[in-house]
Amino acid sequence: MGQLSDRRVLAGLAGLTAVGLLIGGAFAGLISQAVTEWSGAVSALDPYLFRITRFTLWQALLSTLLSVAPAILIARALARHPDFPGRSIILRLFALPLALPAIVAALGILALLGRAGIFADLLGWLNGGQWQGIYGLSGILVAHVFFNLPLATRLLLHALETVPGDQWRLAAQLGMGPATSFRLIEWPVLRAALPGVAGLIFMLCITSFTIVLTLGGGPRATTLEVAIYQALRFDFDPARAVTLTIIQIALTVMVVTLLIRLGTDMVGDPNLPVSRRRPSIASRRETIFNFALILSALLFVAAPFVAIIVSGLQADLSRLASDPALHRATLTSLLLAIISAGLSILLSLSLTVARSALELKRRGQGHPSILERLLDTGAGFVLVVPPVVVGAGWFILLLHSGNVFVMAPIMVITVNAVMAMPFAIRAIRPAWDGASKRHEKLCASLGITGFNRLRLIDWPSIRRPALTAFAFAMALSLGDLGVIALFGSDAVKTLPYLLFERMGSYRTADAAGIALFLGIVCLALMMLADRTRRNA
Amino acid sequence: MSGASVELASLTFSYGETRMEFDLKVPVSSVIAIMGPSGSGKSTLLNLIAGFETPQSGAVLIDGRDVSADRPAQRPISMVFQENNLFSHLNVEDNVGLGRSPSLRLTQKDRQDIADALAHTGLAGKEHRLPAELSGGERQRVALSRALVRDRPVLLLDEPFASLGPALRREMLSLVRQLHFDHDMTILMVTHHTDDAQLLADKIAFVDDGRIAAFEDTTTMFSPSAPDAFRAYIGS
Repeated sequence: MGQLSDRRVLAGLAGLTAVGLLIGGAFAGLISQAVTEWSGAVSALDPYLFRITRFTLWQALLSTLLSVAPAILIARALARHPDFPGRSIILRLFALPLALPAIVAALGILALLGRAGIFADLLGWLNGGQWQGIYGLSGILVAHVFFNLPLATRLLLHALETVPGDQWRLAAQLGMGPATSFRLIEWPVLRAALPGVAGLIFMLCITSFTIVLTLGGGPRATTLEVAIYQALRFDFDPARAVTLTIIQIALTVMVVTLLIRLGTDMVGDPNLPVSRRRPSIASRRETIFNFALILSALLFVAAPFVAIIVSGLQADLSRLASDPALHRATLTSLLLAIISAGLSILLSLSLTVARSALELKRRGQGHPSILERLLDTGAGFVLVVPPVVVGAGWFILLLHSGNVFVMAPIMVITVNAVMAMPFAIRAIRPAWDGASKRHEKLCASLGITGFNRLRLIDWPSIRRPALTAFAFAMALSLGDLGVIALFGSDAVKTLPYLLFERMGSYRTADAAGIALFLGIVCLALMMLADRTRRNA
Repeated sequence: MSGASVELASLTFSYGETRMEFDLKVPVSSVIAIMGPSGSGKSTLLNLIAGFETPQSGAVLIDGRDVSADRPAQRPISMVFQENNLFSHLNVEDNVGLGRSPSLRLTQKDRQDIADALAHTGLAGKEHRLPAELSGGERQRVALSRALVRDRPVLLLDEPFASLGPALRREMLSLVRQLHFDHDMTILMVTHHTDDAQLLADKIAFVDDGRIAAFEDTTTMFSPSAPDAFRAYIGS
C-alpha cells in the first residue's frame, strides 16, 4: 500500500494545500507589489517607519513586563493559598479575557478610564484638571495587561503546581520562610517557565491590532499592524504597506524562532490548573499581603467586565434591538463565523487524520517524513503571519483585479478559519490519535474503511472535542476585527466592524450596547467549549 | 464452519535490527499454542498471518491459497487482541454486528445469528450494554462472539486472557474449547501460561529469537524430551 493511496493522507494533503494557498496568496500579493513598484517600497523606509517599528517593540516590551512581573507574585500567592476562598472562580475569571473580543475589552476600558468613563472625575481631580481619557501608550498598556496578566498568572501557576506536594510538606517541616521557599522551591520552576510565558505574551503584543487601533489614538502610538491597515485603507499606499508587512513578518519570525528554541507551547494551555492538597505554609503577614494582591488582581481583571455590563445596560437597548443595521451585522457575523468554524474543523481534521495515518503506517518507528512533519507543525506556521498580514497580502493581490470588497466574506471566513487551526488541532488531535491507535487494527481486521469508518467509529470518538474546537473557532472568528477592518464595507459588516464604526462616529451608547451583546455571545461560546472539553 | 490449514513458507520479516524467519505448517482444525520469551516474535508471527505486518519475502498459505497480497479483512481469519477488541461507544450487539457487516447494515438473519452467538458465549440479555458496563471477561466474550458471526476458518488469539484473573481465565479457556468443539476452526493462540497450553493446545510452537525453535505435540513439549531452551523458558 503506497502512502498516497490512503484517502486519509490525501485529505491531509488537500488541507495543507488549502492553508498553503491562503498564506502563499498573501505572499504573492506582497511580492508582486514589491517587484512592480520596488522604489515605492524602498522609499517607505523613512524615519516614521523606524519610529513605528520602535514603538511596536517598545509597547510589547512594556506590556510583557507589566503583565509578567505582577503575575509572578499573583501566581505565587495563589499557589501558596490553595484554600483561598473562591480560588477556582478567580481562575475561571482569569480565563475569560482570552475569550473576550479585543474591541469589546477596549470599550470596557474606555468605559472605565475614558474621557467620560466611570473614573474620569477621580482621575481629573488627581490630575488637577480635565481628564483627557486613556489613549496612547497608557491605554494600550492597560488593555494588554488586562489580557495578558491573567494569562501569565495561569501559565505560571500551572508551572508552580508541578512542584510535588512532598516538597511543600518538607518545606513546612523544615520551617522555611517565604523568602527561602521562594528561592529554593518556587523560583527554579518559575525561571524555567518564564522565558516561554514572556515570549508568548511579547508575541501576542507585537501582533496586537485591535487594541492599538481603538486605544492608540494617533500617529504617536501606532504599531506596524495598524500602520499597514492605514496605508491600505486611508493612504491607498500599497507600496508602503508591503514594506510594513515585511518588517512585521521579520519581527514575528524572529520572535517565533526564539520561542521555538525555548521550547514554548505557542498555543497556550486552556486547562485550569488543578490544585492538589498541600499544606499552606504562609505566615500571617504574608497571608495578608497575598490576599491583598489577589484581590487587586481580581478587581483589575473584573472591572472592565463590570464596566461593559454597566455601560451596555445604559444603552438604549430596545432601540438597538430594532436597529436593522445590527440585525444585518449579527446575521452576517453568525453566518461567517459558523462557516469559518466549520472550515477550521474540516482543515484541522484533515491534517490530524493524515498525520496520524502516516504515524500508524510507520508504527512509530524511524523518522517522520517531511509530509508528516508538515502535517504536524504546518498549522503552527500561521502564528507567524497574523490575520492583518495575510489580509494585507490578499488585499494588495486583489487590488490589481479590482474587486477587493467583494472578497470580504471569503477573506473573513478563510483567514479566521486558518487562524483558529492551531487551537482546533490541539483540541481534536489527542482524541483522534488515541482513538485511531486503539481502532486501527480492529478496523483493518473487520474491513471497516472509508465512510463506514468515519460514520461508525471515528466521528463518535471525536464529536465532543470537535464541538469544543468549533465553539472556540466560532468565538475567535466572531470577535475578530483584523480582517474585516481591511475588507469591510457598507456591503459587508460584521458585529465588530459595526461596533468600531459606531465608536468612530461617537455613538458611544450604541457601541456599548453592541459590545455587551458581542461579549455575551463570545463568552457563551467559550463556556460551551470549556464545558464540552471537560465532559469529554 | 470448519478449519483450514495454515502454512508459513520461509516468511521473513525485519524491522530495525531485528530479523525474523518463520516456517510452520499448522494442520486443519488443530489448536496451537505459540509460546516464547518476550520480544521473541510471537505477536509479530500472528500479525504476519493476520496481515497487519508486511513480510519481506515468503508466503502465508491458508487452505493452500497464498493470501499474502490480501488485506487483513479479506483473509479467512478472525483475530482477538489482548485489549481494544471493542468500540467503546457501540453496544454489544453493534460490536458483534460489525463482524457481519462493516457498515452495520444487518438483515433479520444477521440479527438472529448475532443473538445465537451471544447466547453461545453466555452473553444473552446483555445485547444493549456498552463495553464499559461489562467485566473484562465479558468483553472478551463479545470479541469471541464477533469471531463466531464472522465465521472464518482460522482464529488468532493474541494473549486474549492475559489481563483476566485465574478463575476467569480457566472459564474462558473452556469456552474456547467449547467453541472449537462446536465449530472446528483452526486456532493459533499466543500465551505465556503453560496451563493455557496444557488445557487447550494440540501442539506448541516455541518461538525463540525470531524463528520457530520447536513445533511438537503438547505432551512431548511438557516431557523431559522437550528442547532445553523451552524447558528453560517454562522453568522446569
